[in-house]
Amino acid sequence: MTDVTAPSSPRRPIFVRDAFVTPQPPPASTIGPVAWIRARLFSGPVNSAITLVTLVFLAWALPPIIRWLFVDAVWTGDNREACLPVDGREVGACWAFIKAKFGQILFGRYPVEERWRVELTGLFFVVGLVMLAVPKIPWKGVTAYVMLVVFPIVGFYLLYGGTGFDPLAPWVVAAVLAVLAALPSFPFKRPVQVALALILPLLIADVVFGLIALPVVETSLWGGLMVTLVVAVTGIVASLPLGILLALGRRSKLPVVKFVSVVFIEFWRGVPLITVLFMASVMLPLFLPTGVNFDKLLRALIGVALFSAAYMAETVRAGLQAIPKGQYEAAAAMGLGYWQSMRLIILPQALKIVIPGIVNSFISLFKDTSLVLIIGLFDLLGIIQFNFTDANWATPNTGKTGFVFAAFVFWIFCFGMSRYSQYMERRLNTGRRR
Amino acid sequence: MNATSVKTLAVGALLATAAAVAPASAGTLDDVKAKGFVQCGVNGAGLQGFGAPDDKGDWKGLDVDMCRAVAAAVFGDATKVKFTPLNAKERFTALQSKEVDMLARNSTWTMSRDTQLGIQFTGVNYYDGQGFMAKKSLGVSSAKELNGASICVQSGTTTELNLADWFKANGLTFNPVVFEKQEEADAAYDSGRCDAYTTDASGLYSIRLKLTNPDDHVVLPEIISKEPLGPAVRQGDDQWAMIVKWSLYAMVTAEEFGVTQANVDEMKSSENPEIKRLLGLDGNFGEKIGIGADWAYNIVKAVGNYGEAFDRNVGAGSPLKIERGLNALWSKGGLQYAPPIR
Amino acid sequence: MTLRDTAPAPLAAPSRAGSWLYDPTIRGIVYQVALALFLVLFGWWIFDNTVQNLRAANIASGFGFMSDRAGFDIAQKPIEFTPDDTHGRAFLVSLVNTLIVAALGIVGATVLGFFAGVARLSPNWLLSKVAMVYVETFRNVPLLLQLLFWYKAVLSVLPGPKQGVVLPLGSNLSNRGLIVPRPVPGDGFGAVEIAVLVAIAAVFVLARWAKSRQEATGQIFPTFRVGAAVVVGLPLVVFLLAGMPLSFEYPELKGFNFVGGFVFKPELMALLLGLVIYTGAFIAEVVRAGIMAISHGQSEAAFALGLKPGVTMRRIIIPQAMRVIIPPLTSQYLNLTKNSSLAVAVGYPDLVAVFAGSTLNITGRAVEVIFLTMGVYLAISLVTAAFMNWFNTRVALIER
Repeated sequence: MTDVTAPSSPRRPIFVRDAFVTPQPPPASTIGPVAWIRARLFSGPVNSAITLVTLVFLAWALPPIIRWLFVDAVWTGDNREACLPVDGREVGACWAFIKAKFGQILFGRYPVEERWRVELTGLFFVVGLVMLAVPKIPWKGVTAYVMLVVFPIVGFYLLYGGTGFDPLAPWVVAAVLAVLAALPSFPFKRPVQVALALILPLLIADVVFGLIALPVVETSLWGGLMVTLVVAVTGIVASLPLGILLALGRRSKLPVVKFVSVVFIEFWRGVPLITVLFMASVMLPLFLPTGVNFDKLLRALIGVALFSAAYMAETVRAGLQAIPKGQYEAAAAMGLGYWQSMRLIILPQALKIVIPGIVNSFISLFKDTSLVLIIGLFDLLGIIQFNFTDANWATPNTGKTGFVFAAFVFWIFCFGMSRYSQYMERRLNTGRRR
Repeated sequence: MNATSVKTLAVGALLATAAAVAPASAGTLDDVKAKGFVQCGVNGAGLQGFGAPDDKGDWKGLDVDMCRAVAAAVFGDATKVKFTPLNAKERFTALQSKEVDMLARNSTWTMSRDTQLGIQFTGVNYYDGQGFMAKKSLGVSSAKELNGASICVQSGTTTELNLADWFKANGLTFNPVVFEKQEEADAAYDSGRCDAYTTDASGLYSIRLKLTNPDDHVVLPEIISKEPLGPAVRQGDDQWAMIVKWSLYAMVTAEEFGVTQANVDEMKSSENPEIKRLLGLDGNFGEKIGIGADWAYNIVKAVGNYGEAFDRNVGAGSPLKIERGLNALWSKGGLQYAPPIR
Repeated sequence: MTLRDTAPAPLAAPSRAGSWLYDPTIRGIVYQVALALFLVLFGWWIFDNTVQNLRAANIASGFGFMSDRAGFDIAQKPIEFTPDDTHGRAFLVSLVNTLIVAALGIVGATVLGFFAGVARLSPNWLLSKVAMVYVETFRNVPLLLQLLFWYKAVLSVLPGPKQGVVLPLGSNLSNRGLIVPRPVPGDGFGAVEIAVLVAIAAVFVLARWAKSRQEATGQIFPTFRVGAAVVVGLPLVVFLLAGMPLSFEYPELKGFNFVGGFVFKPELMALLLGLVIYTGAFIAEVVRAGIMAISHGQSEAAFALGLKPGVTMRRIIIPQAMRVIIPPLTSQYLNLTKNSSLAVAVGYPDLVAVFAGSTLNITGRAVEVIFLTMGVYLAISLVTAAFMNWFNTRVALIER
């Protein structure tokens, strides 16, 4: 504050601020935790009532759950004695049971000395998946090729063993070829390259594994998380090409093709998976010429693949519908034929859009895999349920513990995948926003 | 190379593999010899004592030994057998469609199964009957007192049919609680969902062991049905049916004449003509049905005689401790009776 | 003299013999004929193999077994059934059981789903977080696992029938199920049923009248309250006038179990619990997405017009959100119906458990039984989808 006086005449002094007023803190009731609680929990009588009811509900539900899971749980033990509620002590979850059966939960009855093969396959799969899933890592085309061609062949030999072509192998190869034929994002272009890319892995694998000759492990010994992953991954990979073809067929202008696609899709979408699995396990042998028999696991895989192909077709169709008409017209204007425009213009864009949808299909399939226990295969849930019959672990809490653990494993997988799908959705959306 | 040709290639590959028609089938025996092993359908749910894998994954049980006996008869080597676990729903289809060469899955021999499903039973390796198990605390001493009880049962078995018939015949009512899988029925009974549990008596003993407190449950005395359990093969292959049939009879005959796994080599020098014929030293019965003359010797050497197999899997030497009862030899008051080998 | 256009002489057809190869129409026809031929051959191949296999194996086939005696009993009989009835009758009973569980499940899952979906959008932080935890937990765990868990949990929590929890009105809860008195209609109860129908018809007429009056005069008639009063009141008045022709059959503990009364068996409870909780989580997501799809401007405009939040929700937001919600909701209903086939895992006697279980095993007619089962689900799916499509066209936005 300074007195400014005009030099000429004596006047009333004029006050002019030449510094900012120091800001006052806001009223205590509008910031900080108190305000947050007030705004988000007690903003009105209704809101306060809801909060109180929810709190009461949580107070009633949470403590027993936490007690059962951690406080009263048994962490170590060699048999049922550890988890029996003797002399009135409270016993919660019997984690010792999970610990004792952990090998089976991962591998089923796969022979212990051969389990490194499953672990190696799993490592291959995880590395490949990470390279595919993380957008920053380059060489997507090559990785896709390795995962869709090399991995199935190597994985099959590693898991099943044997030399040369077992009765299963041609089917695996045929499935791989079909995948390739349908995949537009294929890194090789020239015919010679394509032929080599298809045949070389087979030849190399045949020679290498012919020399190594791993002992055959029958699929009836497979089980646990391994079977869950094998069924889900094979199902989704096999259903992708078929689903793409069906989606194209459903949008085709050719009436017969369209009719066949619609009937196929609606049929598989209209029946429960369990009847499909019954059909695969009981009736498939009757449909084939006498003496042609597939392995039981393969039969379930065929059923799962056909079933999920119909759902995949709908997912892909949504992607195709999202492509603006101009793209089709532009492709036609360039003089591209139907298959060329699909392979080079439409499908690459459509498939990119439906990546989240495909991941969601995979989540559903991953959960539905548990149904194979009904036809007598031992997936993760099946093997846990099977172990309830072990008299050494018969306690009141064994069953609940097993189910909770299985639920946790499924949840980790599915929740992780759904987060990834949401992340991709956001990423792709930014790509499409202008 | 455009996509069309790639597709043609792929479809061609698919069709080529699909059209790879299986070798024209001769008899089952030739197929088995060509494969080098017997594919045998066994209980997939794991019925202890009949067919179940142990902790190491080795299959054990009376039915499993039946399969091993056939492998021993055909190959002289009881390890040349592969097991396919089957559930109640798949078992006959698996046999019909040649997925397995024989079925030994505690399956009851009934007329409709023998005549309408395209399969035939070749013998009875366990004479069973349907029984009931109930909680001791109910104070029930006879199945006739189970009026109005809830009863756990596995679906689609002869058990389910006998249950309804027997209650109706005795003018009683009951509430069925029906499960697809035996393990589920076991678990429900164990948790107190039902007052009683019904299945074949042999199964009751096996299931009782798995309950949380086996001593709280009692097997009731009534046997309400005849359940002859035996191996089955496809119809229309008499040679294979005879091999399976006589593999069982060889085990029974061996018990009858005291030939055991331990003394079978000494018995080769026996003067008893019955034993000589059994062990292939006199006559060539095995060769007549396409297997070696020493077929029965191989069976006994590999799995023992019927009595030994019984004791080891379900009898005194096993956790089940089932009495021989009906399954004793005919000479000891039971029903196991093998036609003479001559 | 007018100049007449003369049609130009037609161009000579290109003489390249291969031209028809490149004609898209002809190519399309060729493709389709080839496809149709392939499919027919493939179908015939499958059919022929099946027939050959069945004949070779000497297996009887055909649907004759449907009129054979079933010989087994069914745990839950909404319609009369004894072991002496036929497999066809068993098929009907199990089909009714499937429809019962599907109908109850749809109602329960819709209520739970709408509640959880709205709760996730609630301004109340705690409530929305609880709803989120519920949705994310139950959506990501297989239904089969949940069913097995609930069945085990339900059975282990509930006491035996003799120690059952006694509830009011003569009901009882034990591991034999929830047993409630069964209403037994007496003489003259028909009048009450007629009254219900009359009341429903009256409400329809009332609603039409209220709507037309509102369009004409702008006055709002409390249709919902009056309608509810009519539907409840009219039958009640008739019931009282008829002298209350309704008695209850109370369950009694005789021997092992309760006799009489109406039983919700634990199998049904576990199945419903699982289906409702699982599908409810999905419906919650559908509802949330539907409400979030409505632009904020809509509610702001409604407030600007001075509508109350309740009216805004009821008249502005929900009708528009329904258009987004209905298609995915339909597929959730269908999923629930198809998922009810997992009843087989908890021993509830639905179509798959009884018909594709007991009947299939007893008769050995796998092909016929499985196809019939699939056909039933397919029919249910198609009928539901058709109905929902019709409903969807009714509420769809008619754009200018």
